[in-house]
Amino acid sequence: MSELFKVSSNPHIRSKVATNGLMLAVVIALMPAAGFGIYNFGPRALAVMMVTMASTVLTEYFFGLYTKKLTITDLSAVVTGLLLALNLPVSIPLWMAAVGGIFAILAVKMLFGGLGQNFMNPALAARCFLLISFPTAMTAFDCDAYTGATPLAMLKAGEPVNLLDMVVGRTAGTIGETSVIAIAVGACLLLLLGVIDLRIPGSYIVTFVLFAGLFGGYGFNPSYLAAQLSGGGLMLGAFFMATDYVTRPITIRGQYVFGITLGLLTGIFRIFGPGAEGVSYAIILGNLLVPLIEKWTMPTAFGHRKGGKRHEK
Amino acid sequence: MNKAGERLYNGVVKENPTFVLMLGMCPTLAVTTSAINGLGMGLTTMVVLALSNLIISLLRNIIPDRVRIPGFIVIIASFVTAVQLMLEAYLPSLNKSLGVYIPLIVVNCIILGRAESYAYSNPAIPSLFDGIGMGLGFTFALTCIGLVRELLGAGDIFGVHILPDFIEPIRIFGQAPGAFFVLAALVALQNYVKEKRKNAGRDYEKIGSGCSEDCMNCKEKGCSRRFYDETAADAPDTGKGRNGAVSDREDK
Repeated sequence: MSELFKVSSNPHIRSKVATNGLMLAVVIALMPAAGFGIYNFGPRALAVMMVTMASTVLTEYFFGLYTKKLTITDLSAVVTGLLLALNLPVSIPLWMAAVGGIFAILAVKMLFGGLGQNFMNPALAARCFLLISFPTAMTAFDCDAYTGATPLAMLKAGEPVNLLDMVVGRTAGTIGETSVIAIAVGACLLLLLGVIDLRIPGSYIVTFVLFAGLFGGYGFNPSYLAAQLSGGGLMLGAFFMATDYVTRPITIRGQYVFGITLGLLTGIFRIFGPGAEGVSYAIILGNLLVPLIEKWTMPTAFGHRKGGKRHEK
Repeated sequence: MNKAGERLYNGVVKENPTFVLMLGMCPTLAVTTSAINGLGMGLTTMVVLALSNLIISLLRNIIPDRVRIPGFIVIIASFVTAVQLMLEAYLPSLNKSLGVYIPLIVVNCIILGRAESYAYSNPAIPSLFDGIGMGLGFTFALTCIGLVRELLGAGDIFGVHILPDFIEPIRIFGQAPGAFFVLAALVALQNYVKEKRKNAGRDYEKIGSGCSEDCMNCKEKGCSRRFYDETAADAPDTGKGRNGAVSDREDK
């Protein structure tokens, strides 16, 4: 990312923040969730992470060799690979995980022009690709540690769930989504470093809570709402994937609109949809709406009237 | 190359309706879940296309300009109905798997497009071969897409299971998104091959077979419809406003 892409007149803002620094921060922030996943599901979780990261990095490397534009040092492929692994069940066959990594980088990112041009979050797009392609393998959450349904599925079926287990993360689910505490530690780190802010996660979660309270069938029952919040990929999605710089709106008002959209979509998918989970579909659908949201919320430039015309004297 | 052969080559390679002209996307994306479906759809369309081109070309001096589109539709719809009845009688399984897409051939834009841009302004024999060529190109494209989708999405080729059992088919290729992936990949592949061979000196320019209204990319210098260069302003107006009829009407 050392090339000059756009030259404008001065004054220029100088910043030491570079892509690989931000990506490194995200990788470090994901470490608690990844570590808890390995602790929770055993060494196979580590193997899945290694496979997805190797496949994303190698895909980006070979694509870079072909186009003679190596972008591998910006670490974004590592983030994509790690996020993808955290969104997979631990029992997934390793070759499927590798296919997901290749799809994320090749089809979603590089073919659209690489980092900064991808129109939806590569890791989530790959997750949805795998979910449609291999529905049984992607929803088989049985493993050595846990058998049976995910807490969200139990919640949807009206069975009781253990809230403490859900917050700590001792439940079935994908590798990185189970522990709210581990995700919260990483999210706090990103918030403190200023890599992300609370606009999107905050509006996302508040909207979702309101929606679940209104339409979930249990009213504003705190334990139901807490279970809905800590179950599934909501926390991971809200803090690590909805806030992706490339696929979120750049305008501040737009980010609130984006968060509210995600909250509504997740609520609709979870409560009225056939499945128990809907975070990944909600986020990639929201990603597709980003250009519209940006167009709608673009602030008026100084000296211009609303609607884009310059003031006439 | 003689006229008939040129039309065939044009339909299959130079102006392949699916890979180059990007026409008829609805059946292309919807029915290509397997190679046999793609082949059946392509051949059915080819029959209708060739026959309607022939009849429209024969009737081109009788059909008035103003009602030509309804005229085309009536001719095409008659052939589609006949073909569908034949399919129901002799290939009921194919008819069932193609479903509503057989009657929808009536509004297939390849057929209307060829009628409007070629058959209505050219003699009968080239029009017939234009229809056959375009139909073969369509069949070829649909079969290719169907083959790839069937192999990846179900592990079969023409209904025979060939992938080993431990590889689970990637089911998304059997569904709608997979059609887009495969179509895009095949278009990219054929553009790549054509680009390479073009650099090696082969000619892949489209034959002027009718006006696409894309004057920027049109190589036809003498066309009176050209609007963007100076020579167009000087060119005498032939007074014929109808699309595409001006430049390649050879027989009047």
